Formats: sequence, structure tokens, C-alpha cells
Amino acid sequence: MIWISKLGEITLSLLNRIGRMGLFLAKAFLCAITPPLKFSWIIKQIWFIGFQSTLVIFLTGAFSGMVLGLQGFHTLNRFGSTALLGPMVALSLIKELGPVLSALMVTGRAGSAMTAEIGIMRTTEQIDAMELMGLNPFRYLIVPKLIAGIIALPLLTAIFDVVGIFGGYFVGGKLLGVGEGTYFGEMANYVRIEDVLEGIYKSLSFGVIITWVCCYKGYSAGFGAEGVSKATTQAVVLSSVLVLFWDYIMTSLLF
Amino acid sequence: MIRIENIYKSFNGFEVLKGISFQVEKGEILALIGGSGNGKSVILKHIVGLMKPDQGHVFIDGKNIGHLKGNDLEEIRGRIGFLFQNGALFTSFTVYDNVAFPLREKTKSSEKEIRERVLKELDQVGLAGAENKYPAELSGGMIKRTAFARALVIKPEVMLFDEPTTGLDPIIAHTILDLIKSLHEHLGFTAIIVSHELSRVFQIAHRVAMLHEGRIWTVGTPEEILSSKDPVVRQFISGVTGGSLKLY
Ligand SMILES: Nc1ncnc2c1ncn2[C@@H]1O[C@H](COP(=O)(O)OP(=O)(O)O)[C@@H](O)[C@H]1O
Ligand SMILES: [Mg+2]
Repeated sequence: MIWISKLGEITLSLLNRIGRMGLFLAKAFLCAITPPLKFSWIIKQIWFIGFQSTLVIFLTGAFSGMVLGLQGFHTLNRFGSTALLGPMVALSLIKELGPVLSALMVTGRAGSAMTAEIGIMRTTEQIDAMELMGLNPFRYLIVPKLIAGIIALPLLTAIFDVVGIFGGYFVGGKLLGVGEGTYFGEMANYVRIEDVLEGIYKSLSFGVIITWVCCYKGYSAGFGAEGVSKATTQAVVLSSVLVLFWDYIMTSLLF
Repeated sequence: MIRIENIYKSFNGFEVLKGISFQVEKGEILALIGGSGNGKSVILKHIVGLMKPDQGHVFIDGKNIGHLKGNDLEEIRGRIGFLFQNGALFTSFTVYDNVAFPLREKTKSSEKEIRERVLKELDQVGLAGAENKYPAELSGGMIKRTAFARALVIKPEVMLFDEPTTGLDPIIAHTILDLIKSLHEHLGFTAIIVSHELSRVFQIAHRVAMLHEGRIWTVGTPEEILSSKDPVVRQFISGVTGGSLKLY
């Protein structure tokens, strides 16, 4: 019967952790909607999370689109419907791959750095020092990242989608011979505004998930360098899993 | 000014403080000594409310810091300067911006007034000319001086120094303690100093409190501590100073 009490213990600690993370997010949102907002800190974070991720997003977007073009062409070829390559590539990117892959790339590039930065500030007592000055660390460290994530993710996703669509056209059109008019014309016929909105909603929520998880893990990092490295690993894993989990929930419930 | 009443604190079931009580009068310098890991930093963090005692109270000017919230807590903290063990400088800011930060964020001073204040504080701690350096470019002594300037810039009535000399070579350590002494004469703050540099600290402090096994083992003037017959005190002092501590 020992495993039952073990199970209870694990459940309790899990609920406890979820509660803490929930409170953390609630506090961050509360600070985000009440002045003062630290604009220069927000701009810096948009630059870091957004602008500095563009190269990585560009590359992953291009290759994802090219693979879709290649795979899609051969699959559709079996049904003799390669004319629908455009909408197939576009819908896959806009509804799923764009938001999800962008979120995973941003987690790896910016999320881990966020956790490490905040974690180091925690263990070197910079956060305590800020609090002693009568300043709320959330306003300087958490809120700017949260807002920057919400702004940057949809924009990065849009870049990913567009680059991917042209990557698909490069392979399917230029190399394999689908006409330009067919590729983009059919795309315009089949892609609806709801599909685009679905992608935007997803990327907005991913922006929240990434910054939330990565900031929380850094903010609650344990003692010393060991604590920070542990927090960074956990942040990347948890953020990636939550992105995929939430993607499924949104796809199945809302659309 | 500071009154600590019977505080207890445990971490994960491990009891660090087991009923600590002492007082610091206005204008006084109290040296807090004791072995590493005994809870000296934990005591200082209780005084500013960064940690909450499991039992007991901390009073500052008669106000119970554990019961204060929001603006009242901020007001009290605004009167206390805290020098963290490793400086806790903002690593992404220059020396100048570190010292200017509390003024920029907490006061309505113009950038010109701020500049005057910051340069004066930096000059006061002997850092004139270093304002554009980043913390990573500073030596240990300069980090402590910057942190000291950042704490002083809010004109605190109380200064808490957590190991301002640890990790510095003895000569630099002495200059830091001399700086504390001369600024104390000049500004008249109340202070608690945690330091292992006993020979100099005993010259500066009005009273010394020794922490041992989670309790304040003994409190007294430096002379009383030095002439103590208590084996624990004797052993600690000779352990830190190699048995050669003389006051004058
Ligand atoms: N935030 C914390 N969480 C868990 N344990 C802590 C924490 N802060 C201090 N401790 C423990 O409390 C004890 C006293 O630490 P500290 O006050 O830093 O000692 P020192 O006298 O060297 O300053 C140590 O055993 C330390 O591990
Ligand atoms: Mg300490």
C-alpha cells in the first residue's frame, strides 16, 4: 500500500507546483495591466526575443516549407492533384507548423537564456537587492518578457509562414513544375481568414506559455550555479511539452 | 533602533536560528561574528524582511517588520542600506547606472541632480573615474565599493554589511573597513557588520555579538569579548586570527 501514499504525495506536490505557477502568471498579468510599464525594458526584450530570433526562424521556415513542398508533391501526385500543393503547404504551415515550430525554436534560443538570466539574478541576490530598493522585480524582469513574447511570437510565426510558403513554392514550383498561378491561386481559394486567425491565436498563447514557464523556472531557481542549470533544462523541457499539449487542446476544442 | 526578539528559523527541517535576541542602538556599530554557515546572512535578511521568522519578531524603530506591507514596508526599507555578500550589482548595468538606479526609479530627481549625487557617492567610496565600467570588469574591492555607493545613495539611517571584507586581500579589506568607519563618523548611520577581519572590526565596532549553534553566544564590548574566558569564544577568535589578535 506504500505506492498509494507515494502516489498521493506526488499528486499533492504536483498540484502545489501548478498552483504556484498559476499565481506567478496571475501576478505577472496584474503587473502588466497596471502602470508603470517599463518601456525601455520591453523594447530591449522585443529586440532579444523577436529580432534576434529572425535568422533562426527564417532558416527553419525555409526548410520546413521545402520539405512540405517535396513530400506534398509526391503524395498529391499519387492522386493526380498536385494543383492543390499550394493550399496544402499553406494550411499546414499557417495552422500547425508555423506556430508550433516557431515556439519551439524561440524556447530553445530565447527561453533558455531567459531562465538562465533570471536564475543568475536570483542566486546572485540581484532580485533581492531590487526588492530592497522598494522596486517590484516583476515589473522589470517578468512583465517586459511576457509582453515581448506576446508581441514577438505572432510576428515570428508570420515570417515563418511566409518564408515556408515560398520555400514550398521553390521546390514544388521551380523544381517540380507546379505553375506559379496554380500554386498561389489555389492557395487564395482554399485558405480562409479563420485559418489565419487560428494560427495567430496559437502563437499568441505560445508567447505566453514560453515566457511564463521560462521566467517562472528562473525566478524560483535553487541555490548556486547547479540550481540555474537545472532550472534551464527544466524550463526548456516543460515549455516545449506545454506548447505541444496546448496546441492539441486548442486544435481539438476551439476549431 | 533594531530589536530582534527570540527568532527561530528552519530550512527544510534544519534549524538554523534557535531563539536569537539582540538590540542595536541608534548610531551604534555592532559586529556580528561567527563561523561560516551559522546563519549570519539569514539574520540580516530577517532584519529587512527578505526572510520571515518561523517564530519571534524583528522591530525597527518599534515597528514590527513582519507585519508591514506595501508602502509601510517600502518606507522602512528605504531607510536601510544593505550590502550583499557578493555585491548583488546589476550585471547588465555600468557602475554609474547601478548607483543611479534607485534614484531614477524611486525619486523624481532630474538627470542632472542624479549625476551630481552619483558622482559624489562614487567619489566618497574612492571610485571616481570608474563609472563606465561593468561589474565583470571590476576587482572584488571595487565591487564592494560600488555596492556600498549604491546603498548610500538613498541616505540610509541603517547600514547592514554582509561580509564586506570576505574574499579581499587583507590590505584592501582594511581600507574597506576604514571607509566604513570614516563614513560612519561622517554620516552617523547605525550599522551591523558581519566580518571575519576581526582585528580591524574590533577597533571599529562599539559592541560585538557572537553567533554559535543558532544562538547569540555572547554580546559585549570588543574588550570584553577579547578577555572572555569562554572556551568557544577563545577558540573562535584564535581560529580566525591564528591566536595573535591584539586590539591596540
Ligand atoms: N534560502 C535558503 N534556503 C535554504 N537554506 C538556506 C537558505 N539561506 C541559508 N540557508 C542555510 O542556512 C544556513 C546559514 O546560512 P548563512 O546565513 O548564509 O550563513 P553565514 O553565517 O555564513 O552567513 C546554511 O546552512 C545555509 O545552507
Ligand atoms: Mg553569509
